[in-house]
Amino acid sequence: MTKTIKSKNSSVSEFEAVIGLEVHAELETKSKMFCACPVVDHNLVEPNTAVCPVCSGMPGVLPVVNQRAVEYALRVALALECEIAPVSIFARKNYFYPDLPKGYQISQYEQPLAVNGRLTILTSQGERHIPVRRVHLEEDTGKLTHVEGDEERYSLIDLNRAGIPLLEIVSEPELHSAEEVRAFAVALRSLLLYLGVNTGDMQKGVLRIEPNVSVRPAGSSEFGTRTEIKNLNSFRALEKSVGYEIQRQIKLNRQGKQVVQETMGWDEAVEETIPQRSKEEAHDYRYFPEPDLPPLVIEKGWIERVQSSLPELPLVKLRRFQEQYGLSAGDAGMLTANPAVADYFEGTANAATGLTAKSAANWITVEIFAFMNQAGVGIEDIEVEPQQLAALIKMVNNGEINQNTAKTVLVEMLQTGETAESIVEKRSLRQISDSGYIAELVKRVLEENPEQVATYLKGKQGLSGWFFGQVMRAAKGKADPQIVKQELERQLGEMDQ
Amino acid sequence: MPKLVELTLSQIIAGLQKGDFSSSELTQAFLARIDRLESQLHAYITLTPDLALAQAEHADQQFAAWRVDSNVPLPPLSGVPIAVKDVLCVAGVRCTCGSKILEDFVPPYNATSVERLLESGMVILGKTNTDEFAMGSSTENSAFGTTHNPWDIRRVPGGSSGGSAAAVAACLAPVALGTDTGGSVRQPASFCGVTGIKPTYGRVSRYGLIAFGSSLDVVGVLGHDVVDAAYIYKLIAGHDQLDSTSADRPIPDFELLDSSRGSLSGFRIGVPDEYFIPGMQPEVETAVREALREFENLGAEVMPVSLSHTEHALPVYYLIAPAEASANLARYDGIRYGPRVQSDRMWDIYSRTRGDKFGSEVKRRIMLGTYALSTGYYDAYYGQAQKVRTLIKNDFDQAFENVDLIAAPVTPTTAFFIGEHLDDPLAMYLEDALTIPASLAGVPAISFPVGFDKQGLPIGMQLMGPQFGEEILFQTTHTFQLATNWHLSKPKL
Ligand SMILES: [Zn+2]
Repeated sequence: MTKTIKSKNSSVSEFEAVIGLEVHAELETKSKMFCACPVVDHNLVEPNTAVCPVCSGMPGVLPVVNQRAVEYALRVALALECEIAPVSIFARKNYFYPDLPKGYQISQYEQPLAVNGRLTILTSQGERHIPVRRVHLEEDTGKLTHVEGDEERYSLIDLNRAGIPLLEIVSEPELHSAEEVRAFAVALRSLLLYLGVNTGDMQKGVLRIEPNVSVRPAGSSEFGTRTEIKNLNSFRALEKSVGYEIQRQIKLNRQGKQVVQETMGWDEAVEETIPQRSKEEAHDYRYFPEPDLPPLVIEKGWIERVQSSLPELPLVKLRRFQEQYGLSAGDAGMLTANPAVADYFEGTANAATGLTAKSAANWITVEIFAFMNQAGVGIEDIEVEPQQLAALIKMVNNGEINQNTAKTVLVEMLQTGETAESIVEKRSLRQISDSGYIAELVKRVLEENPEQVATYLKGKQGLSGWFFGQVMRAAKGKADPQIVKQELERQLGEMDQ
Repeated sequence: MPKLVELTLSQIIAGLQKGDFSSSELTQAFLARIDRLESQLHAYITLTPDLALAQAEHADQQFAAWRVDSNVPLPPLSGVPIAVKDVLCVAGVRCTCGSKILEDFVPPYNATSVERLLESGMVILGKTNTDEFAMGSSTENSAFGTTHNPWDIRRVPGGSSGGSAAAVAACLAPVALGTDTGGSVRQPASFCGVTGIKPTYGRVSRYGLIAFGSSLDVVGVLGHDVVDAAYIYKLIAGHDQLDSTSADRPIPDFELLDSSRGSLSGFRIGVPDEYFIPGMQPEVETAVREALREFENLGAEVMPVSLSHTEHALPVYYLIAPAEASANLARYDGIRYGPRVQSDRMWDIYSRTRGDKFGSEVKRRIMLGTYALSTGYYDAYYGQAQKVRTLIKNDFDQAFENVDLIAAPVTPTTAFFIGEHLDDPLAMYLEDALTIPASLAGVPAISFPVGFDKQGLPIGMQLMGPQFGEEILFQTTHTFQLATNWHLSKPKL
């Protein structure tokens, strides 16, 4: 055991991992990047129904830039603190593949929309600013489905996705651990959600994160040979695959073997990166300026308008939550990762006076999150409005119901959409705070259990919890636990004398 | 009264309005002549008689209603026939680009230029022959056979809009749309003795023009005279939201029919020495110099002007146009439309389909362009070509500080024999040496007849104007044509 820890430590100090990320985020505009076709969820919609001559690459048609997509891209670039190019150039990226209708992708190459940004990440080591090299606009490709039957093999093409606006965000290779990679991805996803440009769904492929990983001797400034990992559909896969790849490359280095520059996939089942058979030979994309589109000119006024319309961004909100509501960094982080959750929290915390923000945070991060995970829904889908949650918490604070009852009530609220008030009324769950009645119950429990009382009095203080449980059971869970505790203490104390 | 098929547009418009003849009669006259001469000339790839007659009948109904009540709206060119080069999409009519790879391609949309013809009430006779993807100067590169020059059917009509030029020259259409990337309207206009306008780049929408060299492609018009060409130009020019490179600026309102200004006094015409290249057929130079004297007689001042980078235009063009073409033609892969040569392996589908269905000139240019854009060569070829293109543009800008127009021959020779240059691509490329500079600079140019050589073949001259200076080109050419008869000669068929 000691030995493995030691070797792991030495690997950390001996080698440094160098990781850069290339992120593709679909922009959730109404129409596609260069035509009027609607942007649809290509996982749900009948194939090839959101397609026109432009996005299917028919002869003679021409692209027209979707200004809304440019605006979305500007939002992201500005939120990443990039320099916006007053003039950027669309370019053709040439390669043949059946999912690429024109035989080239309209992208940006030499003069991208934005450069030199940064994204702040939070890890166990603290806060770091990761430089962002560039942000540019392009169009998505279609989607291929390979069918392998007994008799025949063929591929089907769905062009619904072809031409959806795609934002490419490239970080500098300045991430050094799987944890940092995950933190970058989390922070970026959160940013995209806040800006309302992307749903952040990695599973559906609307957000695709491709790390390139290399290792080098610690202290070296040269880069090692890098590998790229593709087709990662969760943060977990991203973090695990990068961790695995770092260790694999370190091992190769130790053995004096070469790292091969290649594209890797991630095998979820065995948790290993595996070389992917490359689609084709090494590409020469033969980029050149797209002659069908004039240079993209971004006026200063446009930048200013977008800048001033940016919402409060995740990190700022996180800091504010800590300060304004006295939340821990952990709670604030959980509540601000998704803007809808943050709004929900603030709605709850501000719904009623006398409600502690801390209790609102707890109810949301524990009970509501548990329900969302179990039901597989987002916070915008749940039936309980923030005011209703606040009302429930207030009932607990006022001693009308106790904590445990409240949890049961919340589950019912989430399932039925009914208010806490009406559930408590209907099920007569209101807490009993009548100290005389509770004193009666305590007295009865102590009388009915003389042996336990004797044991307790001999010094087994641990039994107080058992007595508490018996009293609560007798009260059908509705007794005010605070009063029960006090009464138990008092009566047992009297017996002790 | 000349025959119906020989009428100019203004005569046709007047005749239709007066009721001298109906659109159906006119259309039938053209279809009959096509029927008689197409086997010799092969100006068309696809004829659309049913569509044409239906459009003509519709126009006749509109005329009938209009005669009863002159408040009934009558589109400006109701019932007037036209031919369209087969690289411009007409919804529902196959558009081949002269290529096997689009042999059965039927576009579901109209090119914007075609849309504007249809809105104006025009009748589409058919789709005219072209070199494959407009790559060529003779129509010999068409996958559907060569068009023959109406003045001598052993000779080429020029290209790539050779079908349109031959159709107008032979009166198989009163007027036609063409496209010009490096001279493809002007050179065939010159070879066939008709008037052809290549507008400023961006003046006419390219939407629905099947791309060859996107930064050079322009939709143009070929007609019996400049009035006809200008008429159609005015119809199709103007901004189009579907083409981001189309210019958003108004078209000057000009009226040529009434503006028979007899004098060109005050006009300065520059003549670049660089355009009288070695090997030029002497009769061509003589005819152009004669025409310049005529311009002087009409009051213009003719003076030398220098376009010093002219000799670089040809190599620059043969880097830029093929580079753009190599990307533009990548979509013809047999995957979504067009013929497919089947195979078990994906890459074989690509290479076999493209290998089988593209002609050799198209393949040559795709390879040229692919090479020019490749890593390690880009800077030396495509990048360098773009820089020199800027110098060529600057040449024109500077020249137009001193002159209103630049005059030059269109081609070094008159129409050559079919097959004469077929094995010599370089000789074929030289055909465009004098038309390419205006294409690279994006300036408008017009080609019109100024004489005949000893074989009786037409000789053309071009006037080049500053950006968006079409109006000056039209006015000047019109004044010349009012004073001369070259444009009135017709081939004997
Ligand atoms: Zn579309």
